Amino acid sequence: MKMSKQEQHWDKTRGLLFVTLAIWFVFSIGIFFFGTEMEASSFKPFGYPLSYYMTCQGSLLAFVILNFWFAGRQEKIDEEFGFTEREDE
Amino acid sequence: MIKGKFIDNLPKVYGIYTGGFIGFIILMAVAEQAGMSAKAIGIAFVVFTVAIYAVIGWLSRTLQMDAYYVAGRQVPTVFNGMATAADWMSGASFVAMAGGIYFKGYGYMALLVGWTGGYILVSTLLAPYLRKFGCYTVPDFVGTRYGGNAARLSAVLVLTVASFTYVTAQINATGTIASVALDIPFKLAVYVGLASILLCSMLGGMRAVTWTQVAQYIVLIIAYLLPVFWISNKMGAGFFPHLMLGDEVARIAELESQFGFVKNSAADLATVPKGLAGITKAHSSVNGTNWGFISLAICMMAGTASLPHVMMRYFTTPSVKSARRSVAWSLLFIFILYSTAPMLATLSKLSLIDPNLTTGIIGKSITDVQALDWYQNWNQANLMFVSDFNGNGTLELNEFFMGGKAVVLATPEIAGLPYVISGLVAAGGMAAAMSTADGLVLAIANALSHDLYYKIIDPKAEAAKRLIVARVLLVLIGFAGATIAAMGIQGILGSVIWAFDFAMSGLFFPLVLGVWWKRANGPGAVAGMLLGLGSGMAYLIWVRNGGSGFWGITQLTFGIVGALVSLVSMVAVSLATAAPDAKTQAMIDELRIPSGKTILGKQH
Repeated sequence: MKMSKQEQHWDKTRGLLFVTLAIWFVFSIGIFFFGTEMEASSFKPFGYPLSYYMTCQGSLLAFVILNFWFAGRQEKIDEEFGFTEREDE
Repeated sequence: MIKGKFIDNLPKVYGIYTGGFIGFIILMAVAEQAGMSAKAIGIAFVVFTVAIYAVIGWLSRTLQMDAYYVAGRQVPTVFNGMATAADWMSGASFVAMAGGIYFKGYGYMALLVGWTGGYILVSTLLAPYLRKFGCYTVPDFVGTRYGGNAARLSAVLVLTVASFTYVTAQINATGTIASVALDIPFKLAVYVGLASILLCSMLGGMRAVTWTQVAQYIVLIIAYLLPVFWISNKMGAGFFPHLMLGDEVARIAELESQFGFVKNSAADLATVPKGLAGITKAHSSVNGTNWGFISLAICMMAGTASLPHVMMRYFTTPSVKSARRSVAWSLLFIFILYSTAPMLATLSKLSLIDPNLTTGIIGKSITDVQALDWYQNWNQANLMFVSDFNGNGTLELNEFFMGGKAVVLATPEIAGLPYVISGLVAAGGMAAAMSTADGLVLAIANALSHDLYYKIIDPKAEAAKRLIVARVLLVLIGFAGATIAAMGIQGILGSVIWAFDFAMSGLFFPLVLGVWWKRANGPGAVAGMLLGLGSGMAYLIWVRNGGSGFWGITQLTFGIVGALVSLVSMVAVSLATAAPDAKTQAMIDELRIPSGKTILGKQH
């Protein structure tokens, strides 16, 4: 069965949601299951222990970038199916 | 000087404003050198900035419904980002967060992760869709999507409980700052704070709040960053603290292992004034369970996506696309402050505890410390305390106590910065607390006036009457909040965290499933909201009264219980009752695409 334009649009939107949330999960929850492992790691960004760096800067920065990336991707999807708002609306 | 429409001239208007504010700081610095007293500088900063907000509030007065409720839906993306950042960063973020990190270290930094990560949920799950919906308030969405007064009323209830808990904390914060800066009693200062808050929002509603919040963001971000950069450079810690404090963090860890965390006896602790704490946890090391960290982050993230005063900021953008972009900008503006808070905590802690630094007090004789000017000032303000528990005449790490607010408010003075910086910080804290309080009071008053009064009680009310009701409610809610704040029941940070848990318990799943699950229906949503809020609250009361709790869920993370109950009951009740009708299904389809008209009309 062929999907309508709207269904395809929602399908892709949902796909993007899952990808975005997966990345979000890694940086907000996933890595913090390994607090002590991160602390023991010899990788020290700017000289901070990795665990400390992620919670005061790393994850936060990842969210900022992810949010801009997500907005861009979603705009592309909307454009692809012609659901972009007209400027004069 | 400025021609054409206000909206087209925003960069220019706020550029001039920022320049003017910096000019004012320089003027005050000169006045300080010329002998202006510290007290006069503090008063000048607070009065000057609040007066500007009040002027903006007055200039933005309106009698139009969509200007009052959603700022006419014409706030440009980046400016809405700034307004949201100010709306979001409260007295807790500005005054209390660095303090929390100072005392509790790594474990508390879960708040940073939670309060930023939540914006991914806002932009992916909710904000663009609610913007497309075209509602005035969050209960407006719930009431229309699920149909019926029961759903609308439940949403109003959850919103009021969460936002009211939050707003008392903000009025408390404005009162604290006003009482320190203006040197008036706290109980009076709370009402001075309230009057300033109402000046901004009463005449112009959302439109006035939007433009004052942008102005407040500019003040608060300058006030937060300037001292941190200054202290970092003055200590020789690094020109750009965010990337250069690795050695300082390591030095704190070294000092911690050298001093050790000595436990004080209960009898000794009883002599410490209420609200003050000592350093008892490691600064940068993992100092709690992984689950403790993660559960707090989860609650703050889900709470972010459920708090109506944030969500309604995205109702004011011109389009769905700009709502989505605006979330990203908000997060960037928030990130600038949040990534600075741990740096401030690090610098503040090191300058106090490192015996090699001239500002360090640990290891010095108690009488010397008690003779310090800044110690006496903050001791009088009830924010600092030392006591020679072991009787050796030397100050040990476990003998020094501070209030959480002192980390932000007192650090510039301790580091030896001129008083003009302390005045600036007071103005910044005031801006942060006021902007959030404004957003919250407006969220509650709008929900009560639009959803309860207009949609349920008197649907025939005329526009003028509705706007009068909205303003009367605004004043009443403000007064109620101030009255409770004056009692000082719960600390600032504690109440804020509760607010997130309440919002998450009652609203997270009903909002998200409203967009993402077509089968969700009215009875399910009502069950989700009421049982979620009820069970979260019951768990909180149980734990507060000595209950043992389960799954390591504390009084700070009870939202997990509430949200789970909410999800299960919402799904179960939805499936047990009839599916939403065809009209609702079509509405959800329409909601999911950005193009086309909003679902609710421009005036409704």
